[in-house]
Amino acid sequence: MILSVFIIFFLAAGIFFFSVGTVGLLRFPDVYTRMHATTKCDTLGIGLILFGLCLHAGLSFETAKLLLIVLFVWITNPTATHVIARATYHAEARREGVKSDD
Amino acid sequence: MESTFIVAAIALMFPLFACLYRAIRGPSATDRVISINVIASKTVAIIALISFATDETFFLDVAVVYALMGFIVTIGVAKYLEYDDVS
Repeated sequence: MILSVFIIFFLAAGIFFFSVGTVGLLRFPDVYTRMHATTKCDTLGIGLILFGLCLHAGLSFETAKLLLIVLFVWITNPTATHVIARATYHAEARREGVKSDD
Repeated sequence: MESTFIVAAIALMFPLFACLYRAIRGPSATDRVISINVIASKTVAIIALISFATDETFFLDVAVVYALMGFIVTIGVAKYLEYDDVS
């Protein structure tokens, strides 16, 4: 019973962070600010939802797979966002004919 | 508990389609890439929820592979944006 309450809390918190990230993606004015909003969405949203599913699965092989997904997403999503931000910055600098300062 | 997972998966569908708006109308290619990245994250969460709702836990392997594919797509498009070439 108390476990169900915790699972529902984690799922609801994950859906909340996904919705907040989506609102940021739709409403923010700039590419870099949109990137900032979606990174919060990726890390917290998917982490909380998969952690709630871990509580449901208990101590089993499925929990190991879920934690593997969480670890992988937490490593790759900041890397991907960093690479895209760098690419956008260099492309803008090249298009405007200025030398980028890094 | 299964109906809870179904409701959570349906609740994740609405932000996913809202992200699709930014993927279609986005002013620059970077907007499209980051919105596709968010859609991939939401799809991983939905696949995990559906695998527990239907009690077919081998769907989690599909979620692992989908996370890998989303990362590779993002890196490839970023390389194209930076160098105008993917080789």
